[in-house]
Amino acid sequence: MFFSDEFEARFADMLTHYPTRRSTLVPTLLYAQDEIGYLSDEVVAELAQRLDLNELEVRNVISYYSMLVTKPRGKYNIQVCTNIACMLKGGEELLDHCKHKLGIGHKETTPDGEFSLEEVECIGACSWAPAIQVNYDFHENLTVQKMDEVLDDYKKKGGEIL
Amino acid sequence: MADLTLTVDGKKLTAPAGTLLIEACKSVGIEVPSFCYYPNLSLQGACRMCLVKIEKMPKLQTACTTVISEGMVVATDSDEVRQARKSMVELLLGNHPLDCPVCDAGGECELQDMAFSYGAAESKFMEAKNHKDEQQWSPVVYFDRPRCILCYRCVRVCGEGMDVWALGVQNRGVSSVIAPNKQDHLECEECGMCIDICPVGALTSGAYRYKTRPWEMNHIGTTCTHCADGCKTTLGVRRSDTGMEIVRGDNRDKSGINNDFLCIKGRYAFDFAHSTERLTQPLIRKDGKLSPATWEEAFALAGKNFAEIRTAHGGEAIGVVGSSRTTNEENYLLSKFARMVLGTNNVDHHRTADFPALAAALRGKSGQTASMRDVLSAPAILLIGNNPTEQHPLLAWQIRSNVRLRRAKLYVVNSQPIKLRRQAAGFAQIPAGAEAHAVAFLAGDDAALDHLVHQSATRESLLALRDKLRAETGLVVAFSSEIRGADVARLVHSKFAGAKFIALADYANSRGAADMGLYPDLLPGYEPLTTDSRFAQEWGTLPTVPGLTVPAMAAAAKAGTLKALYVVGANPVARFGLDPFAFSGSFVVVQDMFLTETALMADIVLPAANAYEKSGTFTNTCGDLQLVKKAGEVAGVKSDFEMIVRIADAMGFEVRKLVPFGGGTHADMGQSRGAQSGEADRHSVWLEAHGLEPRMSPFDPVAIFDEIQRLVPSYHVSRLDLLAGNDQHTDIGEAGPGAAHDPNLIIPANDDLFSSGTLGRYSHTLNSVMENKNAPAPSEVGAD
Repeated sequence: MFFSDEFEARFADMLTHYPTRRSTLVPTLLYAQDEIGYLSDEVVAELAQRLDLNELEVRNVISYYSMLVTKPRGKYNIQVCTNIACMLKGGEELLDHCKHKLGIGHKETTPDGEFSLEEVECIGACSWAPAIQVNYDFHENLTVQKMDEVLDDYKKKGGEIL
Repeated sequence: MADLTLTVDGKKLTAPAGTLLIEACKSVGIEVPSFCYYPNLSLQGACRMCLVKIEKMPKLQTACTTVISEGMVVATDSDEVRQARKSMVELLLGNHPLDCPVCDAGGECELQDMAFSYGAAESKFMEAKNHKDEQQWSPVVYFDRPRCILCYRCVRVCGEGMDVWALGVQNRGVSSVIAPNKQDHLECEECGMCIDICPVGALTSGAYRYKTRPWEMNHIGTTCTHCADGCKTTLGVRRSDTGMEIVRGDNRDKSGINNDFLCIKGRYAFDFAHSTERLTQPLIRKDGKLSPATWEEAFALAGKNFAEIRTAHGGEAIGVVGSSRTTNEENYLLSKFARMVLGTNNVDHHRTADFPALAAALRGKSGQTASMRDVLSAPAILLIGNNPTEQHPLLAWQIRSNVRLRRAKLYVVNSQPIKLRRQAAGFAQIPAGAEAHAVAFLAGDDAALDHLVHQSATRESLLALRDKLRAETGLVVAFSSEIRGADVARLVHSKFAGAKFIALADYANSRGAADMGLYPDLLPGYEPLTTDSRFAQEWGTLPTVPGLTVPAMAAAAKAGTLKALYVVGANPVARFGLDPFAFSGSFVVVQDMFLTETALMADIVLPAANAYEKSGTFTNTCGDLQLVKKAGEVAGVKSDFEMIVRIADAMGFEVRKLVPFGGGTHADMGQSRGAQSGEADRHSVWLEAHGLEPRMSPFDPVAIFDEIQRLVPSYHVSRLDLLAGNDQHTDIGEAGPGAAHDPNLIIPANDDLFSSGTLGRYSHTLNSVMENKNAPAPSEVGAD
């Protein structure tokens, strides 16, 4: 199939942790999304079949979680927190700045497919607010200037083959 | 379980332990409002309308998920509770559109009722309502998202009730939305249960939407005319240019054997009645062409020719083919007409189950047939052959409900991995065509095992299955038409303690056609053709030599000995694959709704009313007798009953001998056409409701029903209960001796959920759903 050996190993291991197959759905969806980039129709069909669910049940779960997506997004998913701590420390300015700089809005992707932007709820980094998360990496105590540097870094990295 | 005592609104009440508080309240007439709670579905606790105050509990509790306990003190009408309900209704109305004046549900909407009874007159919300356009999910299911109040009844009835799981919930919180299984459309059984159960107008029916308002219809409870399960369906009718148009079918009042269940056919496939291809005037063949004629011409010609042929060649030169979709009264009348007026035993119909063999096997043993209600309450069910999900949707519903709600054990023996195996405690997949061997094995013949071992069915598993079955008491055994002749007796005599049997036939009144003697060798009630039968005593001298079956009639016509054929509501040319030219030399009269293959070769075609356009009774495949009531009306057609009587009259026969009507009483029953049309029906509805049956007309089926009840012992049921709209079980064990027939005369209809013989061909709805074209094979339906 289209999953890596690493995914298959994780999936096989996951099945041993739960009493029923369907219980592995949420972690499995996350692993699949990390690998494929998003939860395509093919991924949904494949996982439904593997876990004895119908596709509708898989879609019901995907739609419940905001971090699971069914459409491709940028290589770097900029998640800007605007919950209370970050908001007080300038999270909303950061979000506005990102929108302006990247030319995209909430849940949108740049035409070159490098960046996506998302306004998110608390990412658990209140002590270092304002904070953002890019894919799984955190960037903390940000200002507009620091934000530019972070974005530029990723832009440079983007040119490289990951 | 032990009874518990609790206090609700100062009223002391007792209810069994385990009862839900909402049900306990209902039992003493205290209404606790709710949207998401629905009896027999899983609990949801989503709508928060049923909040009540329970003493010693800190917050308001949902009565629908609270199980009663001893000494509980509950308030359902305190200020706090009333305020909570008011707030809930206010929140629900926050985004609910104010399109009640055009909404299908307007006038019978639970949200309207709740807002009226419990809501606030004012809302604090100033925001614009969130609008989403309505979506079409299938030809029969539409979804209007803003109207949805997220009670999840549709999701549960589709999953738990139908075992289809085609509806889900996506997103969360205020963004939650009901979603179909194929993202933008539905692929399912198209039963419409989701629409029926929707408390508001969020799910609407393609057949009914925006057609009328609920209060502008008349509602007539009758019996479905499609499969042999006999669901009660309430037809909503309204006046149209040509009579009364049927615009809706449902069973929302939960009366009848099917509770609120209906499949796609019962709910939508009444539309054949309004097909543009319907015949609405008699046709007579003139110069080789079927040309329009008057009723008088047609009856006179039919009567003259039948009488001449009878006189010249005897009754045996005339053949009669009856229908599995006409009423018991019509079938009985036809049986009587053939024997008494035509003087022939050449009477047959399209047989789809071996009822005469069942009658023979159960002769003198009453209490061994199961009703459709028994399937819902039996502790164990054995299903041999058939695929009820497709062929007997109500039977499948009853089985699923019984397994789910009462933990009944289902055992399935089938050559296909049918969907009901998902509910089965035991499933044996046997080779195709081995049903008879399975019966022999179940009856104790171990030699038959060799024919059954197949795929997952090993010798050990089959023996274990039989042992389990023998240990069950109160088993209901439903068997397909593959079990015929001697195999029926073998099955009935197998050692299952207290077992009750159901023979599965295919059409709405297949059982009635058999019970009413549409056989060449059997009179009504499976009585043989003896000279001293009670029918010979009543009807006078009858022919006693067994007549011809349908295939034999075709052969006789070819040979030139069958001079006339009278076909009432059947299509033997297509169903039996007969050569239509076999009847070229015969005089053929056909009564039908459409120009079928059989009607095309007729000399006279008489346009017939269907079962939704006349009154009488149907008997379902279990033997449950139910009323058929006139709902629709199309100008230019007549009931088969009237046509049989008119032909007898045209033959010069004294019709009072055929239909024992009247007794010197006369009355003006109103006109049947024009401004006051339908008045006669209203009179008869009123009379019937008051237990007064007019029987003043030779076209009154009740006069014949009287005779049926008098002469057919298994139909000795409570007339009062029947007229009150209840089903009455007729026990074939109390019928006559039955007979052994050539098993090859049984030809299964092979209809599925989306086909229904001739009716299905002319049903727009059945032909419009995509599942009709690409139904998944049973093996493709997952067994989870």
